[in-house]
Amino acid sequence: MDALNVPPAWRERLEQRGLAPLAGTGRGYFLWVAFLLAVIGWAVYAYSRQLDEGLIVTGLRDRISWGVYIASFVFFIGISHAGTLLSAILRVTKARWQLSVTRMAEFITVVALMVGALFPLIDMGRPDRLLNMVTYGRWQSPLLWDIFAISTYLTGSTIYLYLPLVPDFALARDRLGPTAARWRRTLFTVAALGWTGTPDQRKALERAISVMMVVIIPVAISVHTVVSWIFAMTLRVAFDSTIFGAYFVAGAIFSGIAAIILLMAVLRKLCHLEEFITKTQFVNLGYLMGAFTLIMGYANLSEYITHGYKMEGAFPFHFEQLMTGAFAAPFWFYIVGGLVIPGLIILNPRTRTISGIVTAAVLVLITMWLERYLIVVAGLRVPLLAYEPSSYTPSWVELSILAGAFALFALLITLFAKLFPVISIWEVADHRGPEPEPGAPAEAEHPRRGALAEGSVA
Amino acid sequence: MAKQLGRRSLLRFLGAGVAATGAAGVLAGKGAAPAAAATPHATTRGGRLRRWAMVIDLRRCDGCQSVGKPPQCTRACIEGHYAPEPMEWIQIYEQPISGGATQFVPMPCQHCQNAPCVNVCPVGATFHTPEGTVLIDQQRCIGCRICMEACPYDRRFFNWGSAPIPPETLFMQYDVEHQSPAIKGTVMKCDLCPDMARTGKLPYCSEACPNKAIYYGDLEEDLATNGAEVVTLSRFLATQAGYRQKEDLGTEPRVYYIPGHGEAVGRDPYRKGRLKTVWPWQQLRQGAKTWTR
Repeated sequence: MDALNVPPAWRERLEQRGLAPLAGTGRGYFLWVAFLLAVIGWAVYAYSRQLDEGLIVTGLRDRISWGVYIASFVFFIGISHAGTLLSAILRVTKARWQLSVTRMAEFITVVALMVGALFPLIDMGRPDRLLNMVTYGRWQSPLLWDIFAISTYLTGSTIYLYLPLVPDFALARDRLGPTAARWRRTLFTVAALGWTGTPDQRKALERAISVMMVVIIPVAISVHTVVSWIFAMTLRVAFDSTIFGAYFVAGAIFSGIAAIILLMAVLRKLCHLEEFITKTQFVNLGYLMGAFTLIMGYANLSEYITHGYKMEGAFPFHFEQLMTGAFAAPFWFYIVGGLVIPGLIILNPRTRTISGIVTAAVLVLITMWLERYLIVVAGLRVPLLAYEPSSYTPSWVELSILAGAFALFALLITLFAKLFPVISIWEVADHRGPEPEPGAPAEAEHPRRGALAEGSVA
Repeated sequence: MAKQLGRRSLLRFLGAGVAATGAAGVLAGKGAAPAAAATPHATTRGGRLRRWAMVIDLRRCDGCQSVGKPPQCTRACIEGHYAPEPMEWIQIYEQPISGGATQFVPMPCQHCQNAPCVNVCPVGATFHTPEGTVLIDQQRCIGCRICMEACPYDRRFFNWGSAPIPPETLFMQYDVEHQSPAIKGTVMKCDLCPDMARTGKLPYCSEACPNKAIYYGDLEEDLATNGAEVVTLSRFLATQAGYRQKEDLGTEPRVYYIPGHGEAVGRDPYRKGRLKTVWPWQQLRQGAKTWTR
């Protein structure tokens, strides 16, 4: 509640940098948007082919009937956990270092959920009958659980994105209002909800934020758990695992951290936020990501050693195709390139630089998509009866739609960055203050920070 | 005693329960209630519900090697149901057995009483009927294919595109018990032909089997027939060591098997291979496309 005393010049810089993207738009921005729209347009064309001819235009067939779409669904829902981790889990622990990137993480959450939720619709054979899920919905089906969990999470995340935005909208209204276009002025005024920063308002806001942060954590965990259950509830050897829910949640947070590292690296450059997003944020998130390489490695070991030791039923086939067979290359790329190398990059102080950590994050993102793909496709490839194992190659339609999904993700982030400050200005100013100089003891500069952690929320 | 009943009288007997309503009444309900609700169920003369079951005697199945044709059960099923290519609702798997030999296993939908596909369907498009069959309402199916992931028997087929089908299906009234005409983007499978049984006929596969390997019957009446002989179902299963596929999964199938490898019809289990199924109506419809499973 009590704001830190920060140097006015620093605060001015923060407000200016935070609001700059809202104030003006360069030509590069429009070119970028045009490029993204072109990719999305191509994906829409690809989808129209699919609507017209049916799912026959994909590489999917009866025996491997889920592929790129469902793998990407799991991937995008996974990276949506970035926001929850940063703004809820870390906030509960009263960490402060992450405040300058919480806004971006919440962007990722909302946008990734929007994009991810499209994939099951794209994957449907009869999208025209979507409403059957409402009129005939059966709560016994894991797909219904997904719908409930994801829509709850999307609603909660949107509220959680919006709440800390209120004071920043007020700031935009006060500072940009007089010069901004009319629609922007209206947006800022309406969205600021009459915020003036009175103690009562601050108290109400912080209360709301602290309620949401507690509510959103179990919701986030439930989301990825039930996403795993669309697999684990089937009688497939490769999916038959009690660890699936926890493993998916861990993978979700892992890829979510990688997504936020990449996004903050990009936006830090583009929005000139180097002063507010420093190596501290990268290194701390890097440490978290490093810890999750170990958790993921442990989960994989636990999964494969218990089945691999016994080699029961059809499992030897699955084990063989992952370790040495058809999926060995992506599997080992995931283990080495997605877990071992990022772990080592973070472990070694010489590579633990911003560029090193971003490299690790990119590797994690690529391999986590592959890992989702392996779960779906390799799992379904295990033959159920005496037939030759099928093969699956994504078609141009599926790859185009995948590219379109990434473009849509980028486009939504790009648009959001023009509508909302990408940095939570008031939180950074009031609760974090200037980033400590490299090498300076963190607490020395702001003796009040310790006291704050004892008292107020957020 | 049961054997003296004879084939025709038994079939008439099995069909008697719904003689009054006939086949016309079995059209699918499309209301909010499960699709099965509108179907009049087959009953015994005493008014008890039929519980349809199938027994496949593997001792008699040689994958139609002796007749030198593709499997006749599959062919008849495809023709009878106008099953789109490449759907083999009853499919013959050549399964390895001890000694480097193989057995032929005809696999229809197993009609599980604890069906994984029914459990996971988000819209109730696939459902249990009181008669024990598992059916699909293709007019409700949303094509999510989670049932195909859930089925441990590889017995569900998706309409990936518009398959070539004979023109007469275009004028057929859609029926959950017959599934024609096929609807793009939905799932299909064996329906155990309860509509056939009500009119006093055996399923297409059973009728077409040259070796009479497929018995069809009613657990409630405890009778089954392959068209040539009538057996007491429970006694037949008990004395001939009947078993079910993947019993350990707890799916409780309604399709039973008698172990064997075609020995009753003189098959040498060392001789492998079977002829590929041929669809009679390839390329009939304009713009139709086939696919492989």
